[in-house]
Amino acid sequence: MNILSFFVIVPLAMLLLLFAVRNVAQIRTIMVVGASALVGLAAVLAVVFLQQRAASPEAMLLVADTVWYPSLNIHYAVGVDGISVLMLALAAIIVFTGVFSSWNMPREYFMWYCLLSIGVFGFFISIDLFTMFLFYEVALIPMYLLIGVWGTGRKEYSAMKLTLMLMAGSAFLLVGILGIYFTTGGSSMNMLELAKAHIPILHQYWIFPATFLGFGVLGALFPFHTWSPDGHASAPTAVSMLHAGVLMKLGGYGCFRVAISLMPEAAHELAWIFLILTGISVVYGALSAVVQTDLKYINAYSSVSHCGLVLFAILMLNQTAMTGAVMQMLSHGLMTALFFALIGLIYGRTHTRDIREMGGLMKIMPFASVCYVIAGLASLGLPGLSGFVAEMTVFVGAFQHSDTFHRVLTIAATCSIVATAVYILRTIGKILYGPVHNEHHLHLTDATWYERVSAVGLIIFITLMGMFPSVVSDIISQSLEPIIARLM
Amino acid sequence: MEFTLLIVALPLLLFFVLGLGGSRMQPRVAGIIGTLGMGTAAALSYAAAIRYFFAEGKVEGVFREIIPYSVEWLRFTDKLHIDLGILLDPISVMMLVVITTVSLMVHLYSLGYMRGERGFQRYYALLSLFSFSMLGLVVATNIFQMYIFWELVGVSSYSLIGFYYAKPSAVSASKKAFIVTRFADLGFLIGILVLSYYTGTFDFAALNGDKAQLVVSHTAGASFMGISIASWAMALIFMGGAGKSAMFPLHIWLPDAMEGPTPVSALIHAATMVVAGVFLVARLFPVYYFAAPDVLTMIGYVGAFTALFAAVIAITQTDIKRVLAFSTISQIAYMMVALGVSGYGDHEGLGYMASMFHLFTHAFFKALLFLGAGSVIHAVHSNEMGDMGNLRKYMPITHITFLIACLSIAGIPPFSGFFSKDEILAASLHHDKLLFFVLWVVAGLTAFYMFRLYFNIFWGKAKTYDGHHRPHESPLVMSLPLMLLALLSCGAGFTAFSQLVSSNGAPFHTHIEWEVAALGVAVALLGIALATKLYMRGGELPTLIAAAMGRFYRAALRKFYMDELWLFVTRKVIFRFISTPIARFDRRVIDGSMDGVGWVATRLAAAVKPFQNGKVQWYAFVFVLGAAAVAIWALCL
Repeated sequence: MNILSFFVIVPLAMLLLLFAVRNVAQIRTIMVVGASALVGLAAVLAVVFLQQRAASPEAMLLVADTVWYPSLNIHYAVGVDGISVLMLALAAIIVFTGVFSSWNMPREYFMWYCLLSIGVFGFFISIDLFTMFLFYEVALIPMYLLIGVWGTGRKEYSAMKLTLMLMAGSAFLLVGILGIYFTTGGSSMNMLELAKAHIPILHQYWIFPATFLGFGVLGALFPFHTWSPDGHASAPTAVSMLHAGVLMKLGGYGCFRVAISLMPEAAHELAWIFLILTGISVVYGALSAVVQTDLKYINAYSSVSHCGLVLFAILMLNQTAMTGAVMQMLSHGLMTALFFALIGLIYGRTHTRDIREMGGLMKIMPFASVCYVIAGLASLGLPGLSGFVAEMTVFVGAFQHSDTFHRVLTIAATCSIVATAVYILRTIGKILYGPVHNEHHLHLTDATWYERVSAVGLIIFITLMGMFPSVVSDIISQSLEPIIARLM
Repeated sequence: MEFTLLIVALPLLLFFVLGLGGSRMQPRVAGIIGTLGMGTAAALSYAAAIRYFFAEGKVEGVFREIIPYSVEWLRFTDKLHIDLGILLDPISVMMLVVITTVSLMVHLYSLGYMRGERGFQRYYALLSLFSFSMLGLVVATNIFQMYIFWELVGVSSYSLIGFYYAKPSAVSASKKAFIVTRFADLGFLIGILVLSYYTGTFDFAALNGDKAQLVVSHTAGASFMGISIASWAMALIFMGGAGKSAMFPLHIWLPDAMEGPTPVSALIHAATMVVAGVFLVARLFPVYYFAAPDVLTMIGYVGAFTALFAAVIAITQTDIKRVLAFSTISQIAYMMVALGVSGYGDHEGLGYMASMFHLFTHAFFKALLFLGAGSVIHAVHSNEMGDMGNLRKYMPITHITFLIACLSIAGIPPFSGFFSKDEILAASLHHDKLLFFVLWVVAGLTAFYMFRLYFNIFWGKAKTYDGHHRPHESPLVMSLPLMLLALLSCGAGFTAFSQLVSSNGAPFHTHIEWEVAALGVAVALLGIALATKLYMRGGELPTLIAAAMGRFYRAALRKFYMDELWLFVTRKVIFRFISTPIARFDRRVIDGSMDGVGWVATRLAAAVKPFQNGKVQWYAFVFVLGAAAVAIWALCL
């Protein structure tokens, strides 16, 4: 059996096992063992992938294809390149740390959590458009329940809004996918096949925007990003982690895998429209974050800005910028998961997320606070942590564009680094430093062991990526070569 | 010269050891480990300097660049990649010596000064991080490596300014320092992007080599808004330097940065980090000189204005650390002017040499001044001049060493400041009379405010201290660094600096120009005399003069309202007029329209809902009506 299918089988098995057990210890055992297995699987996959790639020059490796529904040419087709391997690894890390951040949650929560994981992993291994879409939907639905049932604040409203907006996006996507299917002759949904067929330019003009928009909604594309602040604010900790850390990456990954690689001509022609929108996302998200007072809103707007940079870089259509885009996805995934884990930790103790009601937490919970500072520094692009290498690759890559318009936009996007520094330092200064604001906070406890596992795990990967970026960037840029060749 | 890698790697190792394991150590142990590690790095730097300057560095009479170590860290494109490496040339070797020496002194001094402070281990970990970053910055082989360490330096400075994180003033000072320099770094980054886009390289050797031919030829003809692209790029890069080196109007963070522990001010905000901007311009000097001479001229004028501006403010300040902070701004501006007026090659490059020379001497006497001030603050528990006076009787070592530093910065021979300042004055006289005049005035002001400070601390009114708060001399671990730095302040000026550092690597001879020296010393003596008259015995005269100056005095005291301007820009403009409306727009308009779509959908649903009311008669009625409509339609066709 193909190793890739295990990424779906493991969470499925976890889900089924959860039906069988009742007590907390068993639930936790299943989740920890399963999540560790997923991390292990990702590591094994990385090794296998690198070995195979050394031997074969194919664009996609470990390909397997099973006919699922012959009359409509629907296949279960899987395969990976370097980019999907990294995204799978990211998803595994975040699912793993997310388990520790939702330590005290009930069984039903974990069931939906497993289902969500199935969707996420399935999406990244698919190379068949239909399978991909199917897993995409599988990932969206559990979100509604996870937020609606276990969320906080206006959870029903937020869950509904998030689901409806993303569903609207996926309607566009479905239209786009059908468009691709029929304009290429209606014989296959396999992306490897589709890449050989040519979509007529005229059709590309409507399919490209439809798919880009469809995925873009999930990638927080301005002006369709407003589900993000409300959704994150209401979601329980690990759901925010998984959502911002992995699910939003589905958007970027899809834009790149489907919209750009299958429709290179339209991408060249229409990129400017979306470049403007993503450019706005980058600066606008950062500036909006400056005045927010709710920790989760700050982080949600920060995600709008950082994910905007992902789409922005993809649209630059050159190898360096696109490498940067994938690095930014990884980096943002890790650090935003860390942020949400810590926000959940703080909220669980102080019962507030309003930065005006906190202060001096550094003295009360030094461990969590230091982790928060590290997350903040990663977010504002401190060299040695993952944010810096990702952003710099994007900026340098984008600035290599021969067109002045693109370079001017890049300069505009770089301005976000100042706004980022402002909101990060403002938050850190308010909640961690200064005198203790609320006397009731004085007896709060620092992070527990499972919260530490979650935070330290993420920090390790943030640091590794920041210190040895070429490991990641080499894998990505090599995998981009076939796509770049088609774009040129 | 491969061992130079250790100089940079050792502090990083110390940072990890102290940062991760510090909390499990005795504070003293952590401090001693840090100090010993820094001592080793310093010893290695001296060995490197001796080997570079006297054995391996010179080929055919010219100092060359040695790159003992370089690895590719991150590849962007085939041409553009970030390398991490070590570049040894006269200025980087000189900086290695300066940084490790001052850092070692500060490590040693802090053992006493910071004793018993909460977070002592964290303090030493951060000092190591800072030393690592600063060392990595000066040995950078390419501009992107410099940018990396530039940012790291910024963060370590941020953490150290905010070391007393429970104190709101320290938190806001650290935030201000980081954001102002971040803003400047944005310019630096864009400058790097522009420069590398045209030249296809980050490498200093490639950029500077052959009279910056690469930059000149690749940017030829390209201009933007009437100014050449090369000038734009270099001006933007200078913006980064101006931020770190506190040039007007980006200087506003430095006075506030004095909220950090005093030894930190000595290391970061006097001797090392704040001269990074000067170092940056010096590092790219051939590019500035050959490709963007207009920017170099601008640097000269910005420097001159800043020097004067800061010196005037320094006269009025009463917090002793702030006086020193403004003095630092003024002295760094001096170095900038020297670069601005410099030519290239041999004696033409006098300004370049003078600038580096002043950087070298200033590092020692300014660190000494800060550490002396720290010793005083340690004794009287206050930063305010009003709480001091007559301390020479209580603190003899601090007094004598502080006096040496004051004489040095005032430019009195034979102390080190005299030599370097004299070269700067000489270089500016030959280039631009106006700049010379400004610097000459500033030299007088410097002598005046430094001795105002000196007399106010150590002389002045016969102040009595009651028994418990009776000031006392600092322990040996603090006074030893003072004495060593005093020794350096006396001796550093006798270095044959032009034999070692020059704009093109070729040693040349300098001589003291007696007319310039006489003018400089005269104005310094005048300043000192005036300060003696006004402050040595205390008295009412200064207050009367201040009152007579009226509005001008108050403006200078309030630092010419630059802080108010900063607050206006951040609080009002960015916060209230940009971010708040954007956030509101997002909630009301963007999100509102999404909610609007939802609302319309619900309304539409409500409108068509009655059709599905469950009454069979109604369905039959609609069915018949529909069938009739279809029938009529068919008939009409």
